[in-house]
Amino acid sequence: MTRARFATGSFRTVLAALLALWLVLPLVPLAVWSFARGWRFPDLLPPDWSLQAWQYALDPVSGVFPALGLSVTIALCATALAVAIGFPAGWALGRYGFPGKGIVELAILAPVIVPGLTAAMGIHSVFIGLGLTNSIAGVVLVHLIPTLPYMILISSGVIANHDPAVAEQARSLGASPLRAFRYATLPAVFPGILAGALFVFLVSWSQYLLTLLIGGGRVATLPLVLFSFAASGRNDIAGAIAMIYILPGIMILVITSRLLSGKSAAARGFAQL
Amino acid sequence: MHRAIFSDKVATRMSDRLKIAMLLAPALAMIGLLFFGGLAIGILRSLGYLSVSGVSEPGFGAYRAVLSDPRFFRSFLLTLHIALTSTVLSAGIALCAALLLRQTFAGRRLIGFLFQLNLTIPHLVGAIGILYLFSQSGSFARLAFQANLIARPGEFPALVYDPWAIGIILQYVWKEVPFIGVVLLASMQTPETDHEAVARTLGATRWQTFRHVLLPQIRPGLLAASVIVFAFTFGAYEIPALLGPSHPPTLPVLAYRSYAGVDLAGRPQAMAMGVIIALLSCALIALFRNVLLRGIRR
Repeated sequence: MTRARFATGSFRTVLAALLALWLVLPLVPLAVWSFARGWRFPDLLPPDWSLQAWQYALDPVSGVFPALGLSVTIALCATALAVAIGFPAGWALGRYGFPGKGIVELAILAPVIVPGLTAAMGIHSVFIGLGLTNSIAGVVLVHLIPTLPYMILISSGVIANHDPAVAEQARSLGASPLRAFRYATLPAVFPGILAGALFVFLVSWSQYLLTLLIGGGRVATLPLVLFSFAASGRNDIAGAIAMIYILPGIMILVITSRLLSGKSAAARGFAQL
Repeated sequence: MHRAIFSDKVATRMSDRLKIAMLLAPALAMIGLLFFGGLAIGILRSLGYLSVSGVSEPGFGAYRAVLSDPRFFRSFLLTLHIALTSTVLSAGIALCAALLLRQTFAGRRLIGFLFQLNLTIPHLVGAIGILYLFSQSGSFARLAFQANLIARPGEFPALVYDPWAIGIILQYVWKEVPFIGVVLLASMQTPETDHEAVARTLGATRWQTFRHVLLPQIRPGLLAASVIVFAFTFGAYEIPALLGPSHPPTLPVLAYRSYAGVDLAGRPQAMAMGVIIALLSCALIALFRNVLLRGIRR
């Protein structure tokens, strides 16, 4: 009996260890490649270690720094717009019931499920006329398709869980609606909204096809540069760029770790990153 | 999951309704213009309207051309195979992993952390990692050489750029198991009463407890997450573009290539493919509408 239990216990441990190994495995060759030099088949480890790939990636010539700046700019702009437009809508959905709410929610959810490719191809032909193709502004706008729905859903969840009684008490004590919002509501909902904004930043950060299509390849964000190095077989440089590219996600995970335990609508969107 | 404790105060007053409309207007306008507007223009252009090149006449010509092309059919089958296999494998492995992780043991916190870490890593990075692991000169091929299993890279089985899209599926499973797993672990948290313990004390077997107590509890989350995974894997571009076979490519890759090609006459057909991809996804939404709304909102 105890032996059998011990056996199932260690079987579980082995399974868990295998799972843990599998979860980190694809990142290992990326990290090793970024420090490798002349790492050819069939060497299991690089014969020489070097910082060349990192030096090249951090050199202005390679275009990685401008791409990094571009990615940050686009993701920040898309996030700011998504919060500014999405938070009020989330407020309405989280606080009130109204006729047609189901249809509104479905319309907001649709861009999360329907692949963005189709809409993006349609937008592309309009953006040509507006001069928005191959431009940062056009890419920021098209990034709203995947980001805005999540910001609305997350805000709606945060607002629905917030008790409006506190703000009402502040109002009954003579505070103006603005002051009640500023001092009673905002501090309570701020962490949830911040987590949502950070998540939405990551959604924009990981966009590839929408940027390629609307940016026409001229708006070279970090994933586009990474893809081209990987596709042309520059494994060492691709490894270094990949390490830089995953850094914001890890930083955001550390900031929001408690909010990502599946309790937030944010966790649902991660499948699409 | 958010339980809407304080929400759904039904708006009865006129001023409330005006306020709601004003709060929703910018978001609905933006989604309406960009997403639904883009979709509508895509549909119109697939039917030959609003043509830029002036070569196409209005009608179903683009659809006829696309649907009669055997390449399209092969691409469709490949895409369906990738999406179905990835979704079923991810859901199955995630369910096993969540059941495993629910039992308290030492590695639980570590794997919980690795799940979350994995969630933040873009698909493209995972795809490059899979490429360096499984290509014919990748890490596993080198291990096989050291173990005297192969003598040349070409002898290692083709796991990327292969007709069965094994590399793509491996990448999706790597990325989606943590996603579905996190959703499942959240829905497994029992609130006040431990219904499973109750069922067990009433004489239910382990299987009965799982089948009749735990499964109904986690099903909405499992289905919602699986639908999201299916829709994503069906419509994703960069992963099959990097890891997939070039003949046939997956549907999104085929659609993008015909759209971005030099020949503008290919654009209505690309739009038609996009519309077909979108229609298939819409059929999914309609099927799982209630499940999705329940799963995502709660």
